[in-house]
Parts: sequence; structure tokens; C-alpha cells
Amino acid sequence: MIYFPEEVVEHIFSFLPSHSDRNTVSLVCKVWYEIERLSRRAVFVGNCYAVRPERVVRRFPKLCVLTVKGKPHFADFNLVPPDWGGYAAPWIEAAARGCVGLEELRMKRMVVSDESLELLARSFPRFKALVLISCEGFSTEGLADIASHCKLLRELDLQENDVEDRGPRWLSCFPDSCTSLVSLNFACIKGEVDSASLERLVAKSPNLRSLRLNRAVTVDTLSKILMRTPNLEDLGTGNFTNEFQTESYLRLTNALEKCKMLKSLSGFWDASPVCVPFIYPLCHQLTGLNLSYTPTLDYSDLTRMISRCVKLQRLWVLDCISDKGLQVVASSCKDLQELRVFPSDFYVAGYSAVTEEGLVAISSGCPKLSSLLYFCHQMTNDALITIAKNCPNFIRFRLCILEPRKPDAMTNQPLDEGFGAIVRECKGLRRLSISGLLTDKVFMYIGKYAKHLEMLSIAFAGDSDDGMMHVLNGCKNLRKLEIRDSPFGDGALLGNVAKYETMRSLWMSSCNVTLKGCEILASKMPMLNVEIMNELDGSSEMEENPGDFSKVEKLYVYRTTAGTRGDAPNFVKIL
Amino acid sequence: MACLGFDETELRLGLPGGGNDAEEAARSSGKRAFEDTIDLKLKLEQPAPAVAQKDEKDEEEEAAAAQNVVHAATPLLSTPAASVATGGGNMKRSPSLTSVNTAVLPDPEKPRAPKAQAVGWPPVRSFRKNIISVHSQKGKADDNSGDKSGTAAFVKVSMDGAPYLRKVDLRMYGSYQELSMALEKMFSSFTIGSCGSQGMTGMNESKLADLLSGSDYVPTYEDKDGDWMLVGDVPWEMFVESCKRLRIMKGSEAVGLGQSLYQQTSMMYCHLASSHS
Repeated sequence: MIYFPEEVVEHIFSFLPSHSDRNTVSLVCKVWYEIERLSRRAVFVGNCYAVRPERVVRRFPKLCVLTVKGKPHFADFNLVPPDWGGYAAPWIEAAARGCVGLEELRMKRMVVSDESLELLARSFPRFKALVLISCEGFSTEGLADIASHCKLLRELDLQENDVEDRGPRWLSCFPDSCTSLVSLNFACIKGEVDSASLERLVAKSPNLRSLRLNRAVTVDTLSKILMRTPNLEDLGTGNFTNEFQTESYLRLTNALEKCKMLKSLSGFWDASPVCVPFIYPLCHQLTGLNLSYTPTLDYSDLTRMISRCVKLQRLWVLDCISDKGLQVVASSCKDLQELRVFPSDFYVAGYSAVTEEGLVAISSGCPKLSSLLYFCHQMTNDALITIAKNCPNFIRFRLCILEPRKPDAMTNQPLDEGFGAIVRECKGLRRLSISGLLTDKVFMYIGKYAKHLEMLSIAFAGDSDDGMMHVLNGCKNLRKLEIRDSPFGDGALLGNVAKYETMRSLWMSSCNVTLKGCEILASKMPMLNVEIMNELDGSSEMEENPGDFSKVEKLYVYRTTAGTRGDAPNFVKIL
Repeated sequence: MACLGFDETELRLGLPGGGNDAEEAARSSGKRAFEDTIDLKLKLEQPAPAVAQKDEKDEEEEAAAAQNVVHAATPLLSTPAASVATGGGNMKRSPSLTSVNTAVLPDPEKPRAPKAQAVGWPPVRSFRKNIISVHSQKGKADDNSGDKSGTAAFVKVSMDGAPYLRKVDLRMYGSYQELSMALEKMFSSFTIGSCGSQGMTGMNESKLADLLSGSDYVPTYEDKDGDWMLVGDVPWEMFVESCKRLRIMKGSEAVGLGQSLYQQTSMMYCHLASSHS
């Protein structure tokens, strides 16, 4: 074995692109472990309860970029009760004690308090970037602390958080000396914004490249801001109604003409169709467009805009676009890589203008398509088979047929063959969400072909334990499995218990697993936390009936080195 | 008494019966309530027969409540509850979607799963749902609460005896009735007032006392000043502004809240009695 000086090894490690690569080299030998840990700048913690914060901080003292994820994915759909957990405080406190060089913090689905934000703001003199996605528990006062004390702040990115509005003061807290802002996204802030403060902030931020405004920002303000940001690359508009002054109209047009670097657009809150033509001069340069918050635009408004966006790579729209509109997308946007079509009517038996035809059109017109999220009311096996052949490059394929267990719209058969084609043709598939009428057969296909699958979401599908077993036994790279309302029970849960140690987590709700089964799992696998949440306050019930075969409403299983967590609420029982 | 002449303050109670036209209104109002309760339904573990019974009772209550809607003054009719078209088809919630047990194996020969909403379905984030629903409500309702339509008004809802809280966005609803129906579905053992088969005219103070001291639940809320009030005592918009959290109390506990609560409730019931006589 050739021994390199540590500096050389460290230098070689700096070329490793991913966390998993660095994790791997750290396992080679003690020397490499030490070199790796002392030089690691970025750490990704996929489950905040998988490891204790103190341990992370102790192992990686040079930590600069920390990413932590909290609640299970189904929390996005209110399946995880409030107060379940996912608190940011222990992480921020540990970092404040152990790595004051922290520069970036990214959190997803966590509960962040104002006190934590204040601690964050005061503890890290080099802090540069805060990204919070789908978080809650904080208010605009916490943001005021961040603005006031993070003198080198470059990025404040708030995506779809639930932020308590305590007034617009926070925006004026950025000191005059703070001129480093590159990215500011406050689209999810519900309250008013002080226009003067916003304009002042933009005026003193020459490096601003990404700006996403909230619904309270008027076109008047937007037009003034855009005059000062000719280098903007990403814009989320504010309110886009047609009630603004002629002066603003002229200013907006002039400003948008100057924004030659603008590649990505979003926002369009309350956009009236009259405003759409303003965007036309920009369309030819856009690579990203998000119109999914704008139910006011119909098929013709949308297609007039999108047909000009010939360079578009990422498109998020509502199903108002209709199949016809998707055909226009297919013929205009040949570079399309990511498409998301959201429902405008959440009622299961409601109306949607998109069907399998729209998706087939997209697949034949946009062969580069690799990431899909598609809500619709019907699908057919034929369509899915065609789509799979047209687009073998899918990495993410998420199809949500709004009516649970709905069969093929033409043949009334299960959609097993359609999804089977997807997993067979798309050899690089990493994420899959299935829906519609599905038997165990689809899982047989998934287990057999989806060798790179990392995340699988199942709802209202399958016939028996065999279905889940196919997945556990076949999908070698599976990291996250989330299942709801499917007939998988203890047999499946216990059929391959060792598998769970190779995965990040398993979620099962409204399935057929029983308390007994979960207890057996917990006793066989001490390295897992087996969390049970029951609707009724079952703590006393469970103690009284140790052999109870009552069904478990919600089950969350994850590997961990941290043991049982101490912050679980009383409706969570950890076996 | 004159000051109580607001239709908006009327807390709709479940009257039994209802004719065919009430049924259709029931479907529409039920449908809207389903949309509103997408995020709210608390799936309680109940044996199947009880669930079936519950469904019938719900339909009755919906029918009756809808009957009230149909007879009410215009402002209520313009709310989404009444204006949504019937397209929903069967409103009966099948046990397979409302109960915990999903042991019902999908059988292609059987008719498809009924068109009822399951909790957390479709899988769309609340953030997105709020924006789209608020927008569609804004379009349908006539009043111009336009400035605030973008802001949500989330409050925690707890029910005595339930193990955990839910959160509700009050701006998703246009009236007490919508909220009441949503809460009802959320905590399915919750009954605002089963006045029984006597109907409204039978209501008097002693019956009210029975109601409150029984196992029925009473919705209360904490206002901006920290006081606990009975839901329904102020106009809807004012309620949305001032409500900080909701608590569904056991009737017996609500009596303990004090005479004012008692009086408010009885005044409210009396008003209802008089409007339906």
C-alpha cells in the first residue's frame, strides 16, 4: 500500500462529488476516516433522528454546510400529526457549541422556532445562507434577527414554509452595511411588505440574482425594483393583477427588456390574463417557468405564453392547461426536462382537463423529459407503455390519478402493465409514485426491474403481503418506502427485517400491520426506531393488552444511532 | 334580541329528516364540506357497522343542515356550499375509505371505490391547496374580502379526549356552518347539537342544560383577549379575525365556563327556534 501525506489524501478527497463517496472513503481505514472527517465541509443528514447532533458536530468540526431533514414526506399531506417532532433547536444549539464556522444551513420539514433563529443569527459570524423548505414554528420576528445579525448573508430562501406573520419590520432590519445578498425568496410570507424597505434593500444589493416576492408586493413596486436589477436571473413576481398605473406599466416593460439574464419566472399571484403579454419579450430566454399558483389563466393564456418559450427546461402548471395545451408544450419546448401538472380541483370526482393523452403528447414531443409529476383523472396501460418507450430517461416519475384504485380508463384493467413498462424501460429510475388500480403484479415488476429505485410511494394499491415483499426483496437501492391505505400486514413487515437497516425509513399508514407485528420488529432490530401513532389515545390500551392484534394506524420505522428520541409527544409510542 | 338577527351567527344544528330536494342540496353542501375537510378529517378507528350508522346520521344531518341553507337568506346561498354543482354522485362514504381498516381488497369486478375524500388525498401540499382553494372561494363568494384572501388564518383545534391537535385555516370557510361541518367530519364523534327528534321548537332552557351537561360537545374559541367564548356569538368575519384557537369541549365542561356562555348559547338556540317556527 502506498502511503500519501495527509495533505495529498485530503486534496484527493476534495474532488469527491457526493456525500456517499466521502462516506465510503471514510470507511477504508482509521487514517482515512480521520482525514476525511477533519476536512469535510458539507454534511447531509437525511433524517434528523438518525443521529445525535452532538455526534455530527464532534465528528466534523470544520462543518460549513449542514443540511437536515425532519418529518417524513407524508407530513406534507397532513398525515403526520402536529407536534410529532423534527425540531431544529438541538441542531442549531449543537452547531453553536461545536462549529462556529457554520456558513450554510438547509432544513426541510422541520420545526424552527424564533429563538433558534435568533441563536443562529448570533452564533455564526460567517453565516451566509439559510434555506428553509416546508418548515414551520417561526415568525417574521425570527427573520428580523437573521436580517439584523447575519452581516455576510448571501442567501435567504424560504420555500413554502408556514410563517407566522408579525409584521413587515423584518425586511427593514438588513443593515446598510449588508450588501452581499444574492438570493432572497420570501414568497411564502403571508403578510404585508414595506415597499420602501424592499426597494432600499434591492438598491444596496448589486449581487442580487434571485428574487422571489410574495403576494403583497404590487406591480408598482415590482416595476421599481426591476429597474435596479438588470442582472436578475430568477424572478418570482408579486401580485400580478391588472390594477396598476400607466407609469408602472411603462416602467415594467422597460425594466423587463433590460433583464437579459432572466431565465426563470414564478409567482404570478392572481395574474390576470391582461398581464401575460408583458412577459412575451422574456419568453425566448426562459428555462424555468412556474405558473402553478395561477388558476386565473386558462388554456389559451398559458399556451400563448408557453409556445414562445422554446428553451424551456422546467415547467410547472395547473391542469387548466388541458391536453390541447400540453400538445402545444410538446411541440414548442423540445428541451423540456421537468414537468409538473398540478390539480386545480382537489375533489376526487371533480373535473380535470388533462388525461393520458396530454402526457403521451409530451412524451413524444419532449424526449429529454426526466422528471415528472402529473395529476390527472384517468390513465391507460397503452398510454403508459407508449410514454415509457418515448422517454426512457425518466429519473423521477410520479403519477397521481385522483380517484383511488381507478382502473385503466379504456379496458377497466389494473394499471400493472403500464407501470411495469415504466420500470422496465426507464433503467435509471430513482423515484416512483404509483396510483390507480394496482395488484401485486405491479410490485413484482418493480422488484424485478427498478434496480436503481431509491424512493417509492404507494397508495391504495396491492392485494397481499406479496406485493410489499417483492419491493423489499427486489429493490436493492431502496432508501425510502412510504405506503398508505394498502393491504400489507405483519407478514410483509417482518418478511425482510434486515432490509430496513439499509434504508432511511419506512412509513405505513392505514395498512394491516398490528401492534404485535411492530413489537416483533422492534425486538428483532434494535438499531431501528419503531414509532407508532394511533388516533385514539392508545397508550393505556396497549399496556393492558400486550398481545393485542389491533391495527396500527400509523407506523414510522427508521434506522438510527441515536436511540429512542426524547422529544416524542404522547401520541407517539416508540417500541 | 334584535341584535341577534344575523344569519351569519346562526350555528346550524342537525335536524333530522328532509325531503328529496334537501337531499340534493345535501349532496352539494356535503361535497363542498368534503373539499374543505381534505386536510381535516380525523380517521377514527371504528368498527364497520358503527361507521355505516355514522354515514347515515351524517347524511341526515347534512340533509337537514342543507335544508337550513336552502331556506336561509341570500348571503349564505352565495357561499360555495350552496353554489357548487352536484356532480359528485354518491356521497355515501364507504367504510373502506373512512375507517382505518383497508382490508377490502380491490376487486376489478366490483364497482370502483366511491368518490369520497380520504385524509391527505390527493397528495398536494397545504400551501398549494390553500392558494388554489382560497382563490376559487374568492371567485365564488360575492363579498370583497379581497385584500385578506391571500392570508391564511390557521388555528389549532383540540377536542377534549382526542389525542392530538389539528390545524384549521379559518379562511377556507365562509360561514359557521361550513366550519361546523368541517369540524364534525374532523372529529366524527363531535355533535354540535343533536336536538333529537323534537326539533327546534322543543328547545328550552332545561333541554339546553341537558344538552350541555350531556356527552355532546360544544365548540369554544379563545379570542385575541385570551377569553374563551362560545363559537357563534359574533359575525363570521369578526370571528375569523379574533379567533386564536379552537377547543371542542365536552358539554359538561362548557357549563362550567359560566353563565354568560350559557346565556349566549340559549339566546342562540332561541333565535334558531324562532327562525324556523
